[in-house]
Amino acid sequence: MFLSVTQSLLDGLWTTFQIFLFTLLFSLPFGLVLAFGAMSRWKALRGLIQTLVWIIRGTPLMLQLIIIFYGPGLWLNHNIWSGSEAGRITATVVAFSINYACYFSVIFRGGIEGVPVGQREAGEVLGMTKWQIFFKITLLQMVKRVVPPMSNEIITLVKDTSLARIIAAYELTFAGYSFMKSNGLTWPLFYTGVFYLLFVGILTLLFNYIERRLDYFR
Amino acid sequence: MAVLEVKNIGKHFGATEVLADVSFDLEEGSALAIIGSSGSGKTTLLRCLNFLETPDRGSITVRGETLFDADHPVKGQEKDLRTKRLHFGMVFQAFHLFPQYTALENVTLAEKLLAQEKPDFKQKKREILEEIEAHGKTLLDQMGLSERMDHYPHQLSGGQQQRVAIARALALKPDILCFDEPTSALDPELTGEVLKVIRGLAEQHTTMIIVTHEMSFARDVADQIIFMDEGVIVEQGDARQVIDHPREERTRQFLTKY
Repeated sequence: MFLSVTQSLLDGLWTTFQIFLFTLLFSLPFGLVLAFGAMSRWKALRGLIQTLVWIIRGTPLMLQLIIIFYGPGLWLNHNIWSGSEAGRITATVVAFSINYACYFSVIFRGGIEGVPVGQREAGEVLGMTKWQIFFKITLLQMVKRVVPPMSNEIITLVKDTSLARIIAAYELTFAGYSFMKSNGLTWPLFYTGVFYLLFVGILTLLFNYIERRLDYFR
Repeated sequence: MAVLEVKNIGKHFGATEVLADVSFDLEEGSALAIIGSSGSGKTTLLRCLNFLETPDRGSITVRGETLFDADHPVKGQEKDLRTKRLHFGMVFQAFHLFPQYTALENVTLAEKLLAQEKPDFKQKKREILEEIEAHGKTLLDQMGLSERMDHYPHQLSGGQQQRVAIARALALKPDILCFDEPTSALDPELTGEVLKVIRGLAEQHTTMIIVTHEMSFARDVADQIIFMDEGVIVEQGDARQVIDHPREERTRQFLTKY
């Protein structure tokens, strides 16, 4: 039994890991773009992004996931996600990427605005372009500032993947829960918790490492 | 001919007139000190020269080339603006070194980035970068920092940081080097080392504009002094004359505070 539970949980973990990884992959750059947009000199763009962030942060991620997964099928009479496991994972990644990009954008904006204006001005008087100033001066200072709040969000993301169960994606929590439903076993639930703890533990070590690597400057 | 001609510069921030009608010339190889109380417009004037602020009125001409003219505004291409900026170097009151780079990297960064725009950069990459590196080391050497090249800004004292900032500004060989209160953020015991470096630059006839509160330093090092008050030049003249025998009553009153 232990082996078959382990096998099921590993399957679930794989789905959880895919949702986690692809969400990060899309939401990090998208969040940066949103952060730039939120600092744009065009008022209309700023307003648009503020509204988007308000809606996304103001409603439950689970609700957003349900709308994104079921919405297209009901509006278009055609399920763009397909009913397969891959389709469910894709829908989850889309919903999560939008949601997390909004949270990240706020953190990024804080990180960029936290870099003293003098840094930009020093770059300007040295004849650097806007992009050189961003990539060569601002970016690393921003990264250093955002590592602690980002590590919070990213650890939350690990556990938020369990919301994918609502659209029947077979992720880790779903896998552990299914043994309770079918066999009345509760220990797989605790075993599931161990998987999450290990996942988050590894991430914590990684974030500590990044923080230490960025310790060489202030 | 004057290397820099500033004519009728005016600047408002909202309803406040920060610079009213500022005009002066600067001769090649000479040092100009600008003195005056806080809020008199000295820093804003320097920031206008470095294109960190855009004047509302007036013009700025370097070596006969008009870089800025409020009456004929050019919709600025970023590249033009960058080229214009390079006529000036700027040393800030708060140093503004890049914290993630060593002293040497701070000095060489901008030069390396500019070199990438050279047409032969790809072929001669190594030579060019080595040259820049060597140039940076020479500059830090001149600043008395040969032992500190690989230190990060937070590992340096304020005086050392400011000297790195001076080397960084010199690296691009500006026509005119501007100092915005270069010692105001330093502890008294550290101002000396920075002033000594600036004095050395004056002896080599570096063209400089120094905004400062160090009156005796201004008197010794500068050729000309401008005293500003409420956005206008109240008095301008030979450095010793302005400090020792000011003509204007407002200058006299200001100098009694020092």
